[in-house]
This record gives sequence, C-alpha cells and structure tokens, in this order.
Amino acid sequence: MTKHWPVISLISVLLVGLVLPLATGASPPGFYVEVLLGGLMTGVLYSLVALGFALIFKASGVFNFAQGAMVLFAALAVARMAEQMPLWLAMILALAIMVVLAWLIERLVLRPLVNQEAITLFMATLGVTYFLDGFGQTVWGSDIYSIELGIAKEPVMILEGLFQGGILVNKDDFVAALVAAALVAGLAVFFQKTATGRALRAVADDHQAAQSIGIPLNRIWVIVWSVAGLVALVAGVIWGAKLGVQFSVSLVALKALPVVILGGFTSVPGAIVGGLIIGVGEKMAEVFLGPVLVRAFDLAGGGIENWFAYVLALLFLLVRPEGLFGERHIDRV
Amino acid sequence: MSEVALHPQARAHRIGEVVLSVDNVSLAFGGVRALTEVSFDVREHEVRAIIGPNGAGKSSMLNVINGVYHPQQGTIRLQGVEFHDMDPHEAARRGIARTFQSLALFKGMSVLDNIMTGRNLKMRSNLLLQALRLGPALAEEIVHREAVERIIDFLEIQAHRKTQVGRLPYGLQKRVDLGRALAMEPSVLLLDEPMAGMNMEEKQDMCRFILDVNDQFGTTIVLIEHDMGVVMDISDRVVVLDYGRKIGDGTPDEVRANQAVIDAYLGVSH
Amino acid sequence: MLYRENGQFKSSYGEDQQMLPILQDRRVMFGLLAFAFFGVPFLASDYLFLSILIPFLILTLAAIGLNLLVGYCGQISIGHAAFMSVGAYAAYNLALRVPQLNFLVVLVLAGLVAALVGMLFGIPSLRIKGLYLAVATLAAQFFMDWVFARVKWFTNYSHSGSVSTAPVELFGWRLDSPPEKYLFLLGVLVVFTVIAKNLVRGHLGREWMAMRDMDVAAEVIGIRPVYAKLTAFAVSSFYCGVAGALYGFIYLGSWEPLAFNLTLSLNLLFMIIIGGMGSLLGSYFGAAFIVILPIVLDQVPQMFGIAMSTATTSHLAFMIFGALIVFFLIVEPHGLARLWAIGKEKLRLWPFPH
Repeated sequence: MTKHWPVISLISVLLVGLVLPLATGASPPGFYVEVLLGGLMTGVLYSLVALGFALIFKASGVFNFAQGAMVLFAALAVARMAEQMPLWLAMILALAIMVVLAWLIERLVLRPLVNQEAITLFMATLGVTYFLDGFGQTVWGSDIYSIELGIAKEPVMILEGLFQGGILVNKDDFVAALVAAALVAGLAVFFQKTATGRALRAVADDHQAAQSIGIPLNRIWVIVWSVAGLVALVAGVIWGAKLGVQFSVSLVALKALPVVILGGFTSVPGAIVGGLIIGVGEKMAEVFLGPVLVRAFDLAGGGIENWFAYVLALLFLLVRPEGLFGERHIDRV
Repeated sequence: MSEVALHPQARAHRIGEVVLSVDNVSLAFGGVRALTEVSFDVREHEVRAIIGPNGAGKSSMLNVINGVYHPQQGTIRLQGVEFHDMDPHEAARRGIARTFQSLALFKGMSVLDNIMTGRNLKMRSNLLLQALRLGPALAEEIVHREAVERIIDFLEIQAHRKTQVGRLPYGLQKRVDLGRALAMEPSVLLLDEPMAGMNMEEKQDMCRFILDVNDQFGTTIVLIEHDMGVVMDISDRVVVLDYGRKIGDGTPDEVRANQAVIDAYLGVSH
Repeated sequence: MLYRENGQFKSSYGEDQQMLPILQDRRVMFGLLAFAFFGVPFLASDYLFLSILIPFLILTLAAIGLNLLVGYCGQISIGHAAFMSVGAYAAYNLALRVPQLNFLVVLVLAGLVAALVGMLFGIPSLRIKGLYLAVATLAAQFFMDWVFARVKWFTNYSHSGSVSTAPVELFGWRLDSPPEKYLFLLGVLVVFTVIAKNLVRGHLGREWMAMRDMDVAAEVIGIRPVYAKLTAFAVSSFYCGVAGALYGFIYLGSWEPLAFNLTLSLNLLFMIIIGGMGSLLGSYFGAAFIVILPIVLDQVPQMFGIAMSTATTSHLAFMIFGALIVFFLIVEPHGLARLWAIGKEKLRLWPFPH
C-alpha cells in the first residue's frame, strides 16, 4: 500500500483542487456545474482524438505525432471544399482523402520502416507532420477558414429548477459532445466485438504472431490509420467550427498526447477516462486557478489551458509511468 | 580441453575464504517463481559454475547477485556486507562485474570505447576539466587508455580496436564483452554463458582467457555454462539448479555422480 | 592517393587520441578556419551574413546542444526551444538589471540558468524513457511559452510583450556591422565546438553513449543513470541557453515569446535528424540545410522565371523538410554526417574501388 502513496497523493491533491471552488463557496454552484460540463464536453473531444492515437499505437506501435496535423488537414479539406459544395458532400470527400492519406502513409512511411525502433517511427511521424502542414497550406491556403455546421451558436439555459438562474450550455458544444461520445462508443464496440477489431488487438499484441495466423499486417495498418483519419476528420470539423480552421487547431489536437499518457498508451478506456480528466482539469484550472495565479503573481492574463494538460501528464508520468490503465513494462536482461 | 586446465591441486591451494554468499534467495515475477530458497557460497579465487537445464533460473541468479533483480526474500552477502536491494551500479562499485548472455555491448561505439566505459568508475575528473581537456583530465584519459590496451593485448583483439562493435563477428564481440568487464578490475566476475554460440577453437580461446584471468588477477569467477566438458574441467565447485531450486552443490565429480542432477538433465519427472 | 595515413605514426596515446589524428584533416580544418576568420569577412555581402551565416552559426550551436542530449545520450526532447527562450530572457534581464556585466559573463550566466531549468525538466527522464519523455518535454515547451508571455517581470512589464536589446558591446568593441557579429559568433561557436568535442571524447561522453545504447548494461558497469542523464540535460540546455541569448541579442535584436515556439523546437530536431544524430559535424550540416533550403527555394524558381510568394516557398520548404526526414530515416538514419563519412572512406581508397 505504501508503494502507491505518490499516486494516491497526486490524485488526492487533484480531487481537492476539483472540489475547492465549490466547497469554499468561491463560485456559485450553477457556474461551477457549467464549467464542469464544459470541461467534460471538451474532454469527450480529446478522448476522440486520443482514441485515434491509441488505436494507431496499439496496432502499429507508432506514436503518431502527426495526429494534430491530421486534424488540421482534415478540417482544411472540409472547410475549403464546403465553399463549393454542400457540407455533407465535403465531409465525405474529405474522408476519402484521409483514407488515401492513410494508404500513402502505410506504403511510403510505415512499410519501409517496419522493424525500426519506436523512436525512429516517431520521428517519421514528425516528418509526416511537417509534410501535412506544408501540403495542406499549399493546396488549401493559409488563411483562417470557417465551417458552418448549421447549429445555433447561442447558449441554452437548462436545469433552471435545480440551480438558481439555470446553467448555460452551448448548443454546438453539446451536439459536438454527443457526436464524439457516439463515435467513441462506436469505436470501442468495433474494437471489442468485431472480427476486424479482434484482428487489430492481435496485431497490437504481437506483430509476428498475428502475421503467422494470416492477418494481413499492411491492410490492418491502412484500416487503423483510416480510422484515425476519420477521428481526425470529426474532431477537425468540430474544432474548426468552434475555433475557426487555423494552426491552433493542431495544437489543441496535440493535447491528445498527454491524454494518452494519462490513460496508458494502449488502453481504450484509458483514452476515454484520460480525455475527460484532462478536459475537466484544464477547464477548472483555467477558470478557477487562473485568476488566483494572476492575482498572486501579477500575470498578464490566463492561458493556463496551454500547458495544464502537459504538466498534469508529466506529474502522472512521474508517479505512474505506465498511465492509469497501462501495462507495466519489465526490462528483461 | 585438459591441456588448458591447470592441475586441480595447484589451484586448490589458492582458494580462500567465502567472499560471496547467497542466503535463501527467492525471486518471482508475478506468478512465475524464478528462484526458490536458493543458498550457496563462493570462495575467493575459485571458479564456481552454475549449471542446470534451460529455465532453471541461472541467469536470474546472476541478475540477483549483481542487483538487476531484487529478490522478494533472502539476501546476498558480499565480503561480509548484506544486501537485498542493491542497484547494479552499486554492485559495480563493490567490485562485481558481469558479462551478458545476449551481448549487451554499446553498439554505437568502437571496441576501444566499449572497454574504456569499463574504466568509468575509476575516472574521476570533473565536467569542467573534461570540457577543457586540461592536465588531470588528459592524463587520466591516457593512463586508462594504457590499462585498456593491456586488456586488448590480453584478449588478442588489437586489430579491431577502432572498429565499431556492431560490425564484429559474434566470437569477437563476446571477447569485447569480457574485456569491458575486466576493465572494471572486479573482485568477482559473473560470466553468463561466455561460450554460447562458439565453435571448438573459440571455446578453447575463451577457456584460456577465463583461466588466465583467474590465475593472473586472482579474480573470483562465477560462471554459467552449458558445455559440460568445460564446466567439469575448469570449475572448482559447481551449483546445480533446476526449476529455481538448488539440487546439487559440490566438486564437479560429486555433482556428476548426484542422482538428482542426472535425473534433472535426463528429464525424469519429479 | 591524396587521403592516406601512410607515414603518420602515433608514438603516444595522447597523439592517438587527438581531435584530428589524420594530417590531411588537420590541414583542411586549418585552412577552413583561416578562411572563415580572415577571408569571409571581406568577401561576403551583408545579405549573406544576415540571412545565412549568422543564423547558421547560432542554430548550429543550438543543434549541437540538442544533439548532445538526443544523439549522444539518447534522451528525446521535442521542447528544446524552451531552453533557448530561458537563455534569451535570462540574458535580457541580466543585461537590463546588472548593466555593468561583461556580455560574455551574461552569456555564461544565461547558459547556467538555462542549464538549471533544463535539469529540472530533465528529472522526468530518470523515471520515464523514450516517447513518454517526448511528451514530458512538451510540458517544458508550453510552460515556458506561457511563463514568458504572462509573467510580466521577465519582459520588464512591456506593453507589447516583446523585448528589445541594444547592440552588444564587448571590451569597447561594438558589434554593429554584420561582419563583426559574424566574427564574434564564429569565435563562440568554435570554442563551444571544441568543448563539446572534448566532453564527447572523455568519460562523460562515453557515459552518455552507454546510456543511449543500452542503459541496463551501463548501470551494470557502474554508470549512475541520474548523473549521466542530468548532466546531459544540463550541458545541452547550457548550449541552447547561450544559443538563445545570441539568437535574441545578435540575430533578432528584439523578440517575443513566439520566437521560441514549438516550430523552433521541431526545427532543431529536424536539424539533427537530417544532419546526423550523435555527430557534431552533423549539427553543422543540419543547421546549414535548414538555413539554406528556404533561400534556395526562393531564388531558384526566380531564376527560371516562375513567381512564387514567400508563403508558398515556406510551405514548400515544410513539405520538403517532411519528405526529407522520412527519406533519411529510411535510407540513412545517421544523416548527412554518415554520408560524409562514407564519402571520406571512399576518398581514402581513391582511386581504387575497394
């Protein structure tokens, strides 16, 4: 039991921080719930991107640094094509593009590097990031573009009976969260219940063993990267509609990395839980911790959200390197 | 093989007191019990062999002795001091060196540099002196280079000193592994299957090196080896492990006649 | 024929261990340095200095820093520009608040501050390895980004969030003109390269490489992982801190936190991947590549009469960077430095094929 004290103390500190604004009465309960909900909804989106990331890692052992760039690339595709055609058509075409991209990555990057170390594959995804960055902007331009989802942007008041004044919820956030949650659930089912999902898990466990029972490694990789592409597309459309399609979208998507760290690299439930924790954590930190820091250190504004996810992941890595749900790695000599 | 070994009586004279003792060590990985209540001792200047069928826990035993694995139960006593959770670099500091079954050489460095890393414990100059490569730092490099060259001469690998180890044939890599361990000037040398994968000639060379190390430097040697001819010829005493338990302990002749040992190797179920 | 070691016998270990044991290498290096110090200042144009040589020298210094950590010690860091920013802001504050300090002292102190911060962010490397560490280093990047954007003391309460510096003055010599700046930077880089080479040749360098190649075996030989990793972070951050200070003071003149963002970190990684990890020469190659390629992309189409906006060339540059990273990783993971070494090997045999 004493062996686990670092994890326990970290989690305790986080829980205290979570409850503090409510307990001290520093914030009205309605507002607190608003922030909490907002965090959960952002968290679902993070979970989505993290799932795509975890799938790639599970199936091909690749730490896909390009996930953020893929989100932006997909968003750009949709935004620009939607200028010429209905949105639904643009999204379908964009999905097709992401599948082609997945195929190209498998052929040109993964296959030649098949037995290299993880660090080499990671750096290859760095190359893919650079390439997608440049390519996306060459083809679709580098202005800020918008995606119109047709959902009303004004917030809606709910639970007026329970909390005084009710709770403000953004409709588009809500719909986004629903879509993301549905996709997350769908992916989880796909992974656990279908034959392809089983094949993916076999590949994740042992490439060679999977090959020896006839699982086509290359096809699996294309499937996995296409699923990641689909995930990137959905996340890109949602974030693009909210923030505008610009570089910062890829930075937001990059936060899927600390999510995966928190949850454990190869765990699907870990990606989900991790996303929610990070989503809530950074929202809470930004809204409640931020002003405290600003007053205490005379800061020029907030922006805690930019680094909170990473620092949280860092702290978790220090006390539990394999993440919440990850597997412990034993070095055999 | 016999022409390589010294006459047993000549060696018996030099063997001294107990320098390393393993007391009731048990090691488990999750549900797998690698070692169960193993106890034996090693005397100074002797060549002690650990033998046993595959999976008997021999490598795990070496790993426990030099701190790579920490046993759940039991202690290691080195020159009177007791440990059960020593770190590998502490073990190195206390004079234990080892080679690895699956070569753990530094693939990116040359033979010379690999063996030089073995001198690391003895190199004392600080960061600043090294950065400017002044006086003491430079002198130190040269002094230790001489020591390493002596080891290179001893192992007869002069022609390859600047070659990257990854490019050498397996037999030569094994010698570099030994050289790196020797560079530490250890009092106890743990050898994990030093002759695995070698042909007859290479084995003779390796035997000669091991015995020379024992004779010239007086290093105590604990050796895991599968080649029974080698083990019976060069060891003073033998420990036999099977499924993580000790089933035999004594001179080569005693062990050879032990029925339990014979059964273990022939696969008689027990 | 030209590049043989015939007749060059070493009669002492000291001679054998020197930096450039082959006579031809020494001659070429001497010539190169002489040309760099005495020829270039008179021959190059201001444009060459400002757009190519000066950023090249500074980025090489930073690349050497990152290479020591990633290439020699095997610890991945994708947020290293954070330490450049620490160095830059430390230097700024030192120069501002203690104006009597000699600029060289400011540089060293800024480097030391960066080294301390680097060691702090290097602590995770004691428990986590490889890719997990990569994400932890991102924490350094984003946190430092935030600190220098928000903590007003660091920018001396500037309204715009950016800071400016006066031209550097050193022992009465004012670094105004491009050739002067170039000479100073060249001197600094040469000194730092020699120091890096000494460290890499010594037992600390061997400790680093041992940790990179096989850390369990390294521990078994007696190398303490804590010492090896933290010194790698410290020295690497020192180099990047000094590079950052030079970047701000001499190249940019005035800057904002964005100057040291994630893109710069990734560019540093790019430099050492393409140039060659675990090779000081590789750091030079990588930095040269990243400075020259965009300019080539600018000029060459113009020569053919094709008009391309600067935005397009920078996007193209990114695409080429990305493709090149993948290409090099597949074909020659040890980068340009390895290709250079292979070339030299062939030269030693020339005119014979083998």
